Amino acid sequence: MTTVIPTATDVSLRELEAEAIEIIREVVAEFDRPALLFSGGKDSAVLLHLARKAVWPAPLPITLLHVDTGHNLPEVLDFRDQVVAEGGHRLVVAEVEKWLADGRLTERPDGTRNPLQTVPLLDTIAEQRFDALLGGARRDEDRARAKERIFSVRDAFGSWDPRKQRPELWRIYNGRHAPGEHTRVFPISNWTELDVWRYIAAENVALPSIYYAHERPVFQRDGMWLTPGPWGGPRGSETLQTLSVRYRTVGDGSCTGAVESSAGTIAEVIEEISVSTLTERGATRADDRLSEAAMEDRKREGYF
Amino acid sequence: MTITESTATDVASRDQLRLVIAGSVDDGKSTLVGRLLHDTKSILADQFEATLHASQGRGATEIDLALLTDGLRAEREQGITIDVAYRYFATPRRSFVLADTPGHVQYTRNTVTGASTADAAVVLVDVRGGVSAQTRRHAAVLSLLRVPHVVFAINKMDAVDWSEERFAQVADDVRDVAARVGLSTPEILPISALTGENVAAPGPDWYAGLSLLSVLEELPTRIADVDEPFRLPVQLVIRPRTTEHPDYRGLAGRVASGSLNVGDTVTAYPSGSSSVVVGIDGATGEQSRATVGDSVTVRLADELDVARGEVLATTVPIRTTQQLDAVLTWLDERPPTPRQRVLVKAGTKTTRAMLGVTQGVWNVDELCWQDSSAPLQLNDIGRVSVQLAEPVAVDDYADHRATGAFVVIDPDTGATLAAGLTGADLGALTTP
Repeated sequence: MTTVIPTATDVSLRELEAEAIEIIREVVAEFDRPALLFSGGKDSAVLLHLARKAVWPAPLPITLLHVDTGHNLPEVLDFRDQVVAEGGHRLVVAEVEKWLADGRLTERPDGTRNPLQTVPLLDTIAEQRFDALLGGARRDEDRARAKERIFSVRDAFGSWDPRKQRPELWRIYNGRHAPGEHTRVFPISNWTELDVWRYIAAENVALPSIYYAHERPVFQRDGMWLTPGPWGGPRGSETLQTLSVRYRTVGDGSCTGAVESSAGTIAEVIEEISVSTLTERGATRADDRLSEAAMEDRKREGYF
Repeated sequence: MTITESTATDVASRDQLRLVIAGSVDDGKSTLVGRLLHDTKSILADQFEATLHASQGRGATEIDLALLTDGLRAEREQGITIDVAYRYFATPRRSFVLADTPGHVQYTRNTVTGASTADAAVVLVDVRGGVSAQTRRHAAVLSLLRVPHVVFAINKMDAVDWSEERFAQVADDVRDVAARVGLSTPEILPISALTGENVAAPGPDWYAGLSLLSVLEELPTRIADVDEPFRLPVQLVIRPRTTEHPDYRGLAGRVASGSLNVGDTVTAYPSGSSSVVVGIDGATGEQSRATVGDSVTVRLADELDVARGEVLATTVPIRTTQQLDAVLTWLDERPPTPRQRVLVKAGTKTTRAMLGVTQGVWNVDELCWQDSSAPLQLNDIGRVSVQLAEPVAVDDYADHRATGAFVVIDPDTGATLAAGLTGADLGALTTP
C-alpha cells in the first residue's frame, strides 16, 4: 500500500475546486445576504478556504454562522474564534443554551442536543434575514444527502421536500425564492471524505487539533469512544480510559465519537481513511443510527 | 473511495468522468449501480451491513443492492426510485460521479437532468427483451443533449447463457436505433450486472473487447471542448478597493469552452467592447493560460463596462439575440399557457421572456417530429420560440453545449419549468 500526498496537478481535485468556486460565485452574485455555516469542522474549513479563493483579492462578503449546541469541544471553539479573528470575518453564533434558558427549547430526555439545533438555526436565519446558506454537506455522507441538490430551496419552516426538488440542469443554478424562503447551497456536494482530506493536504488547510491523534480520557458508549463533558458520562458501567484517538467528524459532543488512531499528520490520516472499512458517519455519529432514515427526517424538519 | 496500490503518477493524473446510467429499472439499472460501487470497493462495511440488515428486515434472504442506492423513506417503502441521486466511485485511473436516475417515473425529465452534466452515458438493454421503447427514448434524449459518449450495455447475458448469437442480434438492433437518432458508432458490449462478468471482471472468451469499467476508464473527457472557441460567462466583477489592492478589477467566471492566453484580445457580448488580457488569476495563483473547466478571474488592459451576464469570447464571436428558436423539455406538471411570461436563465444572464406557441413535438417512440401547436405536457420535447426582454449572448446547442443551454423559470414560484436548447434544428435527430 502506497499512500500519496496529491499535488496541485491532481486533475480531479482541481475540477472539484473549480466547480465549488463557480457555485460560491453564483451565491455572491445572486443573493443579498448570504451566510456560510461554519462549525470549525473540516468540511466547513475547506468551504471557507474555497469561499476566500472565489472572491480573492476582495474580502469575503459572507457572514459566518455557527449553531453552538453548548456541547462543543473547546479545541474546536478556539479554532473557530482564531479563524474568524485572523480572517477579519463577521461571525454570528446561535447558542442553543439561550433557547433552552428562555424556554423556546426543552432539553431532550437523552441529553443529546444535535436535534435541537434546527430551531436556533431557523430563528437566526429569520432574524438576520439570510437568503442563502452555504453549507459543507457532501452527498457521500448519507443516502438522503445523495439526493440533495446543490441549490436547495427551503420554505419558511426550513423544510426539505425531496419530491419537490428542482431539476438541476447543466451548471445553471436556480436560487430564485419567495420572501421568507431561503436557499441552502452545497458547493462541495460532489466531494468525498477522501477528496476533502486530499484537498486539505494540497492546500495546507488548518484544522482543529482534534482531527489528529492525541491522548484523551474516553469512555465507550454504543461502540463509540466519547469524551466526558457537560453532556454527561461516564455513567454506571462506563469506565474512563486514556487512549490515542482522533475525530473523523466534529459535532455535538454527546453523539460524536472519536476513533482509536495513531495518525498524527495529514498523510497518516489519508492513509488511515484509505484503508478504513467504515464511513465517517457509520464510525462516529450516533444521531444517524437512530433510524434507517434519520438524516432525511432531520432534513425535512429544517436541519442543516 | 478506497484506493489501493496507487502510485504517485496514478493519483496525480487521475481525472474525473461524469456518468449517467439510463435504461428502465427492469433492465437492471440498480443492480449495475450496486455492482460498480461494490467492485470498485466503494461500499464500506457499515453501509453494506446496514443494507443487508434492511434487506433482511424486508424478508429478503440476500442483499438487495437497490436499498443501497434508494435512500429516501418513500423510496424504500415503495421500492421505487423517486429522484436523481449522485454516487461516487473511483479506480486508480479515474474518479467517477454517477447520476443515478429513476428508470420509469417521469423518465424524460430525469434523464435530461442526469444527462445535462454527463460526459458519458451507459444505456442498459435487457438481452432477453432486446431494444425497447425506453431504449429508443433514452438514446434520442442522450443524442438531443449531445452527451459526448454513449455506451450500450447489453445486460443479463447470464440469463441467455452468454449466447454470442443473441448478443449479435440485439447489437444489430441497437446499432439501428443509434443511427436513427444520430449516435455514430456507439460502443456496444455484453455484461451481467448480476454476476459482474464483463463489468469489472473479464467477459466471455468469444468477446474480444474491454470490460465496461475499462471502457469507462478509457473514454476521453472534455478534450474536444479545448478546441472549441473560447467562452467565459462573467459571474462577478471583483473590485476589492482595499488598501492592498486599490486598483484591482477582474472578471470572474468559469471557462465554458476553449482556452485563453495572456495577451489575447477578448470581446464581451452582448456589449461588444474589447480589450487585451493582461492577467489571469486562478485558484493556485497567477497563470498564463486558462482552459475549459477552470474557475478564473481575468484582468483586462482597459476598464470595460462589463457586468455579470455577459460572455467573453476571443476570435469566434458569439451570437447576440432577443429571440430564441429553441427546443424545450417541459418539466412542470402544468403545461405552458399561451404567451406565458417567464424568466430565462442562460449562463449567468437572467432576463424576462415570453413563450411562443408550440411548433412541433418530438415523438420519442417513433423518433420523428410531429406537427402540433398543443401546449407541451410534462416530459414533452417541443420546438418553441422564446421572446426575450433583453439581448443574450448564446451559441446553438449543436455547436456548444455549454453556451447553448438555458432554463425557463416561473417568476412567481421560482420553479424550473423547462430545459432549453438554443437552435430549433436538432441536427441528426431530424432524420426520419
